[in-house]
Amino acid sequence: MDWSWKRIPAEFLVTNVRLCTQGKLGKRKGFLHVRKGRIEGLGVGSPTMEGLPVLDGAGLVCAPGFVDLHVHFREPGQEEKETVATGSLAAAAGGFTSVVTMPNTSPAIDNSGMVRYLIDRGRDAGLCRIFPTGAISPGRQGEAMCEFGDMVAAGAVGFTDDGSPVPNGNLMANALKYAGMLGVPIISHAEDLTIVGNGVMHAGYWSARLGLAGMARASEDSSTFRDIELARASGGHLHVAHVSTRGAVEIIRRAKSEGVHVTAEATPHHFSLDHSRCREYSPLFKMNPPLRESEDVNAVAEGLADGTLDCIATDHAPHTATEKEYQFDQAPFGVTGLETALGVGITYLVNSGVMDLGRLVELMTEKPARALNLPVGRLEEGAEADFVLFDPEKEWVVRAEGFKSRSRNSSYLGEKLSGKVAATFMRGRLTWLDPELAPRGED
Amino acid sequence: MILKSKDVLGLEEMSAEEILGVLEIAARFRAVFDRPVRSVPIMRGRTVVNFFHEPSTRTRISFELAEKRLSADIVNFSTATSSFKKGETLRDTAENLAAMKIDMLIIRHSSAGAAAYLAGVLECSVINAGDGAHEHPTQGLLDIMTMRQRLGDLRGKKVTIIGDIAHSRVARSNIWGLTKLGAEVTLCGPPTMVPGALEKLGVKVEHDLKRAVARADVLNVLRIQLERHASKSFPSNREYHRMYGITEEIVRGLKPEAFILHPGPMNRDVEIASEVADGPRQVILDQVANGVAVRMALIYLLSGGDPGALGGGQAA
Repeated sequence: MDWSWKRIPAEFLVTNVRLCTQGKLGKRKGFLHVRKGRIEGLGVGSPTMEGLPVLDGAGLVCAPGFVDLHVHFREPGQEEKETVATGSLAAAAGGFTSVVTMPNTSPAIDNSGMVRYLIDRGRDAGLCRIFPTGAISPGRQGEAMCEFGDMVAAGAVGFTDDGSPVPNGNLMANALKYAGMLGVPIISHAEDLTIVGNGVMHAGYWSARLGLAGMARASEDSSTFRDIELARASGGHLHVAHVSTRGAVEIIRRAKSEGVHVTAEATPHHFSLDHSRCREYSPLFKMNPPLRESEDVNAVAEGLADGTLDCIATDHAPHTATEKEYQFDQAPFGVTGLETALGVGITYLVNSGVMDLGRLVELMTEKPARALNLPVGRLEEGAEADFVLFDPEKEWVVRAEGFKSRSRNSSYLGEKLSGKVAATFMRGRLTWLDPELAPRGED
Repeated sequence: MILKSKDVLGLEEMSAEEILGVLEIAARFRAVFDRPVRSVPIMRGRTVVNFFHEPSTRTRISFELAEKRLSADIVNFSTATSSFKKGETLRDTAENLAAMKIDMLIIRHSSAGAAAYLAGVLECSVINAGDGAHEHPTQGLLDIMTMRQRLGDLRGKKVTIIGDIAHSRVARSNIWGLTKLGAEVTLCGPPTMVPGALEKLGVKVEHDLKRAVARADVLNVLRIQLERHASKSFPSNREYHRMYGITEEIVRGLKPEAFILHPGPMNRDVEIASEVADGPRQVILDQVANGVAVRMALIYLLSGGDPGALGGGQAA
C-alpha cells in the first residue's frame, strides 16, 4: 500500500533505513514494523508483508526518539517564554520524544498537584512525553524538604532546585538519603553563589578583557565535590546537571571508579563553544554554567566519549527576545537547545572525530533514559514506538524563523550544522515532519 | 580620513595611526583654549545627545564643554530623568533617539558593551564615555596625550598603572592605547584587583608597588572605588594606602623626571597622599584640559571635519 503522511496507519513498515540502537549504527539497510503504537519487529533487510503500508525511509537513520533530561518549559508562570505545548513541539522538531522538565517555574513544582498538572499538560499537547522533576525544597527556598513520596507517586522522576544550588549541605544530605529510599535521583545544580557573586561569564582571560564579572570554575568544582561526597556517604543517587569544567569531569570520573552512585549530563553548548564567544557581548552566549575554556570544552567532549558523563542534555532555557536584548550583564542566563542538539552533536562530536554516530545517538537515547530509569530510549520488540528518522549529512543554517519553540535565544543562530530530523514518531504517531526532508509519500 | 569608523567605542578598535591622528587634532584645539574666544562654529546646527546612564560629573562636563566650544546643540539626559529605571531596553531607547534624528550620541552606561550595541543599531556616530568596566576611550586618549606632551614618542617608555584594574575601564583603555604606541605597561595592585589573565594583552603584572614604580616614567594612579569594600577586594582604606598609596616616600624612589596621572576624582590619602596630590609631580589639571581638547577632536573628526581646515598647533 502507498504511504500517506496525512493519515498514519495503526500498523506500518518503515523500510530502507539504517537502524541505530544500542550504540551501533547498522551497516545494512533495515526495517521497523510498528503496530498499535508498539514495535512489532525490527531487523535487517526488507520483509514483504501483504497489505501493510510501507514508508520508504530513503536511507535515513532510524533511531529511538531522543531523550532530554534537562528542559525548562516555563509553565506555569512564564508562558511568554515557552509552554508545555510549544516546548513539546520544539522537542518533536528536534527528534525528542521524552523530556525531563525542571521545576523552577513560577510557582515551583513542589507538590504532587503540580506534578500531575504538568503531566496533564503534556498529555494535552500530545507531542512528547513529559517526565517532571520536583523541587527539593518548597518554593526552592533551600530550607526544608518537599513531599518526595507523594510527588513520586504522582510521577516525579527526580528532585532538584535547578537554577539554584542547595546551599544547605544538611538539606542536600537528607534529600539524597530520602530520595535514595524512593529510588529516584537528586539532580545537582553545582554552584557556589558565594564564589560566583555577581559574575555573568566564565572567569578568565575574556572576562578580564571584556570587563565583565567572572564566575570561577572553583564554584562548580567545589560544589560538585561536595554533592558527590554527600552521595557517597548517603548511598543515594546523585545526577550532576550541565557539567562544564574539566575539574568536575575529573571529580565525577574518580567517584564513578570508586563506586559512588553518580550519573551526569553535559549540554551541547558546553562541548562545542568556549568563552571567547562572549567577545561581542551577545547575551545569546550567556548561560549558567557559562561557556568555559577550550580545555574544559575538550574535557566535556572526552567525558561524553569515555562514559564519565552519561548523556547529553540540552538545558533548553527559553527567554523572550526582549529579555535577551538587555545588555550582557542585565540579560537572563540560558539558551535554547532542543532543535539544534542533533546538529550540534553531529557537527562537533561526530564530524570532528570524537565519537561515531552510534555513540552520539546512544548519549541522546538509551543512556539518558537509563540514568534516570525512564522506560524509554530503545528500539526493541514490544517497546513503545518512539522513534526518529534523520539525515546525518543534511547541512542547514540555523535561522530564528525556523524555530518551533516560542523563544529563539539560540547560540547557533547563523551557524551551519550537519544533521537534521526528517520525522519524529511517538507511540507510533507522527509528532513532527520536516516537509523538505520527508521521504516521499502522497500528501 | 583620520578615523575609519563612524564611532569611537574603545582604543582596542583604534590603530596607532588613528590615535596619533586624533591627538594631533586635539593639540590644535588645545591651542584655541588660550585665545580670548574659545569656541569655533564647526558644529552649528548639529545635535549631540549626552546620554548618561550612570552618574558622572567630570566626563559629562568635559563633553558638554567640548560640544559647546564646537557650537553644537546639546541635549542631556541621565538615568534620573529618563525612563530607564522603568526597564526600557537599550534598543527601545536607541530607536527613540534615531527617530529624533540626532547627529551624535555620547553614551555612559553601567553595562560593558552598551556603546558598541548602540553603535550597531544607530546610524549616527556614537562615542563611548565609559561602558561598565570595559573601556573609557576618551580618558585613555587624554591620558596618552598628557604623557606624550612630556615624553614625546612613547616607544619604550615605562608606564605603571596602579589600582583596581579588574573593575577599571580607564585601565583597559590605557592598556590598549599604550601598548599600541609601544609603551611598556606594568599593572600594579593586589591580586584581587589585578587579574593575571591580563598579561596576555602584553603587559606586566607586579604586585609589589616599589618594584612596579622603580623604573617607571609615568604612574597612572586609578581611583579606588570605596564602595567595593563589599566585594572584599581589599581590607581597608588604611591598608590600601599603606601598601599601594602613592606617598612622598614612593615619590622619592621615582626617577627624577617621572610624573603622576590620576583620572579624578581623587580619594586623598587612599590611593594618593594629599602632599603628592598637591605636589610638583602630578599633572592632573593638564589631563582635565587635554580631556576637553581630545573630546573636541573626536566630535570634530566624526562629524566629517577637515583636519586641514584647522590652524596649526603644537604637536602632541
